[in-house]
Amino acid sequence: MDYSPSELMIVNAARLLKDGDVVFVGVGQPNLACNLAKRTHAPNLVMIYEAGVIGAEPARLPLSIGDPTLVSGALSVVSMYDIFALYLQRGNVDVGFLGGAQIDRYGNINATMIGNDYAHPKVRLPGSGGAQEIAAWANRCYIMTPHQKRRFPERVDFLTSAGYLNGGHAREDAGLRGHGPVAVVTDLGILEPDSDGELMLTALHPGKTVEMARENTGWDLKIAAALRQTDPVTERELQILREELDPTGIYLKSTG
Amino acid sequence: MSRLISLHDAIAQFVHDGDLVYAAGFTHLIPFAAGHEIIRQGKRNLTLARATPDLIYDQMVAAGCARKVIFSYMGNPGVGSLRLVRAAIERGELEWEEYSHFGMITRLQAAASGLPFLPMNQTAATDLERANPNIKRVTDPYSGREVITVPALHPDVAIVHVQRADENGNAHLWGIIGEQKEVAFAARRVILTAEEIVPETVIRSDPNRTLIPGFLVSAVCHVPYAAHPSYAQGYYDRDNEFYLAWDKISADPEATRRYLEEWVYGVRDRAEYWAKLGEEKHTRLRVPPLWSEPVNYGRY
Repeated sequence: MDYSPSELMIVNAARLLKDGDVVFVGVGQPNLACNLAKRTHAPNLVMIYEAGVIGAEPARLPLSIGDPTLVSGALSVVSMYDIFALYLQRGNVDVGFLGGAQIDRYGNINATMIGNDYAHPKVRLPGSGGAQEIAAWANRCYIMTPHQKRRFPERVDFLTSAGYLNGGHAREDAGLRGHGPVAVVTDLGILEPDSDGELMLTALHPGKTVEMARENTGWDLKIAAALRQTDPVTERELQILREELDPTGIYLKSTG
Repeated sequence: MSRLISLHDAIAQFVHDGDLVYAAGFTHLIPFAAGHEIIRQGKRNLTLARATPDLIYDQMVAAGCARKVIFSYMGNPGVGSLRLVRAAIERGELEWEEYSHFGMITRLQAAASGLPFLPMNQTAATDLERANPNIKRVTDPYSGREVITVPALHPDVAIVHVQRADENGNAHLWGIIGEQKEVAFAARRVILTAEEIVPETVIRSDPNRTLIPGFLVSAVCHVPYAAHPSYAQGYYDRDNEFYLAWDKISADPEATRRYLEEWVYGVRDRAEYWAKLGEEKHTRLRVPPLWSEPVNYGRY
């Protein structure tokens, strides 16, 4: 079956969600993953958008984090302060989705700037938005990103959102409530933290190889002893994505 | 007391060179009309604050209004980079001060509550703390834990667009309500633009929907379609095409100059801008109604 790298990532991210999860959703691919999960194995998923919308049931594909379709028919709409304080900081969010220009060996994320001097950025990125707090306080986080060496450096240029910091107990010692980035879904496979918080390859998508994953990772990537293969993308999943959720392929066709 | 004046007069009276301006909104009700009026009046050396600076700040920076930006996410929402602000920062021509969304909004919440600062739980993402000396740590006197603090942010002027207000400035907002209420309480002056000016009885018919009381407001301006290309929930849709088009316009300095010339300097006010957009665009942005069930307040 033919599918794009984006479709492969979205389907695999959707499968990580559990029925009843309260999910902090971003637009684009995470939104598609959540809506796919809701239409398949997780009908009771509650989608929260950082614009302050709780229990959104978008009737059309939202094109921005504040799309009006998120509001009409939602369970509740609250202020930005409330969404971050009462919902996220208080510990009412099960899952957060994150992305970024760089993700390092310990799952730390950079969405702020490329270069080695904050005051003189080589490339200025959008910045944290909600990511700093989502990474710290959601019970678990998932990262979706194309598997490319430049996106997976040994160390991020700037620590926008905490993963497992320097590894070991660093995250726990810092007193963060959430479990951090428990899975990174790429177009090659899935990375998960080992007991030291280092991301290792735990699954490959059908047709992908360990060599491809190692070549496209900026550190010496560990391979799990029990390396799995992800289940093939099904026709039903693709049909929901292509016919119901993103019929013009705005996010499905993108390479990430 | 009626505070109803023209947007031209409100900007002339209440926005001064060098002010810290917070044009509010989280993708919804973005006060584009007021931003364009600030550009037309040639205001200078402004500090532009907003959690999510978007196209209007890109345009104000391009027009030379800004000295500094304060933000937590700088992007063209749903499209990508906010090119002109980004380029000005990369060239070292624009100062900036940066927070996370929660940090930025907590600054407003502190100011709106009359507090000098507010604490937040820490996130272990310490690079921003190092980069921004306004972000500090203190020890919680009760638990002994460390918490993060950010100082109150008091804008000189808050600009807030709302669906409807009475002429005294009592304002109803619904849909995504972002930080509009907090910034109105945090600011020294508040300029309100409204899709509709309604009798006070309409406001009083649904007092829970009043997020901003009129006594905070310096000026009320009747400016339909003031949020285009963003949207007003229930009134008109977001013009996604324009957000995509801006990505191309802002990549080219000449195209940016032409845009400002034609759509900002070249029109007198928002009514002329809206007419110039044309029937086809008006039709495309129209939304079918979806009414809420009325609530019963009771007659006591």
